[in-house]
Amino acid sequence: MAQTVAQRPTFSPWTDPDAVPLIRFEAVSKRFGDFVAVDQVDLSIHAGEFFSLLGASGCGKTTLLRMLAGFETPTSGRIFIDGTDVSAIPPYERPVNMMFQSYALFPHMTVEQNVAFGLKQDGVPKPRIREKVRDVLDLVQMSRFGGRKPHQLSGGQRQRVALARCLAKEPKVLLLDEPLAALDRQLRERTQLELVGIQERVGITFVMVTHDQGEAMTMSSRIAVMNSGCLEQVGTPVEIYEYPGTRFVADFIGAANMFEGVVASDNHDLLVVTCPELERDLSISHSGSVPVGAPVTVMVRPEKMVVQRESPSETMNGVKGVVADIAYLGDVSIYHIALPSGRRVEVLRTNLRHTGEQELTWEDEVHLAWHPANAMVLTR
Amino acid sequence: MTALDRAVRRWGRLLVGLPPYAWLVVFFLVPFLIVIKISLSQAIMGIPPYTPLLEWGEDAVLTIRIALGSFGTLFGDELYAFAYLNSLRLAAIATFCCLLLGYPAAYAIARSSHSVRNLLLLLVALPFWTSFLIRVYAWIGILKTEGLLNGLLLWLGVIDTPLQILETDLAVLIGMVYSYLPFMVLPLFATLEKMDMSLLEAAADLGCRPFQAFISVTLPLSMPGIVAGSLLVFIPAVGEFVIPDLLGGPDTLMIGKILWAEFFDNRDWPVASAVAVAMLVLLVVPVMIFQRLQGQATEGTR
Repeated sequence: MAQTVAQRPTFSPWTDPDAVPLIRFEAVSKRFGDFVAVDQVDLSIHAGEFFSLLGASGCGKTTLLRMLAGFETPTSGRIFIDGTDVSAIPPYERPVNMMFQSYALFPHMTVEQNVAFGLKQDGVPKPRIREKVRDVLDLVQMSRFGGRKPHQLSGGQRQRVALARCLAKEPKVLLLDEPLAALDRQLRERTQLELVGIQERVGITFVMVTHDQGEAMTMSSRIAVMNSGCLEQVGTPVEIYEYPGTRFVADFIGAANMFEGVVASDNHDLLVVTCPELERDLSISHSGSVPVGAPVTVMVRPEKMVVQRESPSETMNGVKGVVADIAYLGDVSIYHIALPSGRRVEVLRTNLRHTGEQELTWEDEVHLAWHPANAMVLTR
Repeated sequence: MTALDRAVRRWGRLLVGLPPYAWLVVFFLVPFLIVIKISLSQAIMGIPPYTPLLEWGEDAVLTIRIALGSFGTLFGDELYAFAYLNSLRLAAIATFCCLLLGYPAAYAIARSSHSVRNLLLLLVALPFWTSFLIRVYAWIGILKTEGLLNGLLLWLGVIDTPLQILETDLAVLIGMVYSYLPFMVLPLFATLEKMDMSLLEAAADLGCRPFQAFISVTLPLSMPGIVAGSLLVFIPAVGEFVIPDLLGGPDTLMIGKILWAEFFDNRDWPVASAVAVAMLVLLVVPVMIFQRLQGQATEGTR
């Protein structure tokens, strides 16, 4: 078992300096009147990636996607697909296909006609169209519904047809605009993995827009986190979560406890930060080079802390507090610990015991502890 | 909810829907039945100028006398068939012209910004603020030999001698297209306006050029509007009387004019009624069948 894992080739063309990206944004900006939707974005996406643009609504992620599809033209900057500058190429001549958030299935056509539509535009011979339509409908498990009209399908089925319609054209890039937003939670989680499976099978580069960080983390090879038109950070799900580059990313992806402070000293691999909110200094590894005296933010994820009655060992960071609130979620509970300064800290604990009774309860005096390697120092 | 409440609610709903139906029964269905009755009688000199359908004879015998002579006249004299076909022809051409003019207009209004849209719609409906009759009369002033149109064309040097437009089928067509254009634009606008624009983006994304996208997406999806607009223009145009009477010449044979002539000039009420009944049957039945088929074909396009 361990061997198979070790033998699996790691897919990370973005780490190879010689690799030529399939899609390249070069200083792309888009303004609507006074509003800057996309601001000087530089971005490279490699062939075979499942790339996600993640951000809150209005952050410019959809505009970026629509520029790739050709529905919007950049105000400045250039976009390359497979080495060609596509800025002046209309959508109907681009080697990309988009799956719309509303699915945009043609209501007057059957499922088969919808899927065949793009192929017919390309003048593909009829027998070949029939074959291709059957293949992609098989791929998305919709072969039985070929004769139905979209209004006779459920939301999940429509989503599959929309995907099949894009896949039929075998584009170089498939763009997905919030592909799962209209599905209910259970179906969405199942479809996430299915979509990744299909992407791996067909080998087409997927670029997805989503506001759902869980979706982005589950499905993507890399994620670009966007905030008010700018790229905050581009990285693998692990990089984005464990090593957020900015306070915004740390806060947007998952939950984070952040303590403002000032760098007190830097001895080799341990950075010591003084936080006015805390009684004692914090030590953090992974420090990079931060000058002494610089204002920084120390970020600790809730699941990287331990909450316990005993005081922690000297090598650990520790703070005292009182259990103020417990959010019981079944598998885990989130403990809200009130520090003496009044500051609240979130800690995640797996509910290991079967009974509802946990060892910690409201008003208990506890210690929070975490290893210096489990915290991050953010300067931006 | 108690049973009483439910009953009140059900009857209340019926009661609200009833007045328009009662109105149509009293002022359309009953008169139409009378027209059918008259069409089955014979013309006589007298008041009323037709034979009764039911008669109490001696010994209290109820006599029903149905005369099919009027319908026989319709089939016997080719004037009626000709007038009927000419009405269909003119109405069809007028409908087609309305569609040709109205579709781009409706499309432009549907794609215009919200602030301009209401103004444009108001302009389409603006002619209704003046009497229909007056507007048709105004066309006489425009189309007659020494009218505005001929004056303009002569002044521009396009023609040397005035054109005879008034009292021709062309004048009738112009009048009908003018009068019925709003009835084409408004239903077309209604369907085009609610069309999902992302469908056109999807078509473009799948490799469709704009014109092809119009043909394969916009046009089929606006079919309900095209059908509704065409029926709203075609049906009244077939039976139109005022426009051919005022703008057409003595040669303009339309079924509405025939009906008028039978009724008021010949005082042959049974034949006039038969013309009316035949027109309704020949027009409404095909239209109903057509609409039913159309309804099935466009099912699910919302």
